[in-house]
Amino acid sequence: MLTKRIIPCLDIKNGRTVKGVNFVDLRDAGDPVELAKIYSDEGADELVFLDISATEERRKTLVDLVRKVASTINIPFTVGGGISSVKDVEVLLQNGADKVSINSSAVKNPQLINDLAQKFGSQCVVVAIDAKQIDGDWIVHLVGGKVPTELNLFDWAKEVEERGAGEILFTSMDNDGTKNGFANEALARLSELVNIPIIASGGAGNIQHFVDTFLDGKADAALAASVFHFKEIEIKTLKTALKNNNIEVRI
Amino acid sequence: MKIVIINYGAGNIQSIKFAIERLGFEAVLSNDWTEIKAADRVIFPGVGEASFAMKMLIDSGLDVLIPTLKQPVLGICLGMQLMCNKSEEGNTIGLGIFDVDVIKFTPKVKVPQMGWNQIYNLKSDLFKGINENEYMYLVHSFYAPNCPEAIATTDYEVEYASALQKDNFYGTQFHPEKSGDVGEQILANFLKLKD
Repeated sequence: MLTKRIIPCLDIKNGRTVKGVNFVDLRDAGDPVELAKIYSDEGADELVFLDISATEERRKTLVDLVRKVASTINIPFTVGGGISSVKDVEVLLQNGADKVSINSSAVKNPQLINDLAQKFGSQCVVVAIDAKQIDGDWIVHLVGGKVPTELNLFDWAKEVEERGAGEILFTSMDNDGTKNGFANEALARLSELVNIPIIASGGAGNIQHFVDTFLDGKADAALAASVFHFKEIEIKTLKTALKNNNIEVRI
Repeated sequence: MKIVIINYGAGNIQSIKFAIERLGFEAVLSNDWTEIKAADRVIFPGVGEASFAMKMLIDSGLDVLIPTLKQPVLGICLGMQLMCNKSEEGNTIGLGIFDVDVIKFTPKVKVPQMGWNQIYNLKSDLFKGINENEYMYLVHSFYAPNCPEAIATTDYEVEYASALQKDNFYGTQFHPEKSGDVGEQILANFLKLKD
């Protein structure tokens, strides 16, 4: 059986891990490569690196990081943040990234999804969608949830699938940071609507939340950051618990 | 040992090169006939769309060379699919090494299959020391149905061939270079195969 995936997300700024991490055994808490290796050894199925730096130097630093990660880690990883052209993607893939995640650039220029899928294949095109509820409607937001768009989550999800996205990373801004669980109703609706894998993001606080998002939210993968970084949940323990709930995982 | 990764413009070849390096070997990227023919091991990668990749292969003349190679050759993912008779993707005529036609998963399952799935019914020295039902990383929308040349099987909608072998030609639908330590062991096995 195809397993459900557990994906730690690392925020990167100027080549360094940003959010404080609570790994006592880490020599350099800011080194994304070392952290990535630990997650990989603990049984993470994939990794996501989200580049949040804004300087001109960013691209070069990110490429160096991608090379280091790809040479060290033997599981797949996705790179996101500020990717806006075919050329950006080409450089990242050439240096060892397996997938790229695009967000605002896809909203601003939806043709980018088609271009990337055609050139590199759908399998490496993840479209990240941030959305929150406004008067009962799920509205797509940009800039980390600050700027609302005209787009409805479900319409946009359908469109990105049709344009060739291989996967959707859905973050509920209503749930993100709350540690109250994932947006399972919206996730389940998404999963029924499109026929590409859905990664659930935003709201993970305990192990039961992961169980719920796979069973009720019908998610194919679940992404989280702080619960892993602060060791509130260990990936091994999480996977064992999922297995005990009859959810297929790779152990 | 001289290892060549065929570089015809398709595929995430850097990951394979890094994986070989983690095993303590060097691999060169090449599309040069002489260099490929002289290699001890040839790896034929590929991601993306089949007809586009096949066109690049034909443009470089490598479609003629690959079926004539005598050393162990490993096709990975789309590389394996292009070694089959044909693919439903873009109605592509393949290299005809494996006697099977590649077809698409139906919408009964999510397409692409993306993630970790098990391999079983393992045959061939490629899987020496590998347990049945180990997890491998797969990303694909098209697959080779089960056939006499299958040396591994995976279940997604149907039981299909997740690895193939004919003589010195091997193919894996999964990515050994991205499948953790077990994947690396399979790559190591490939390098250790008897010529």
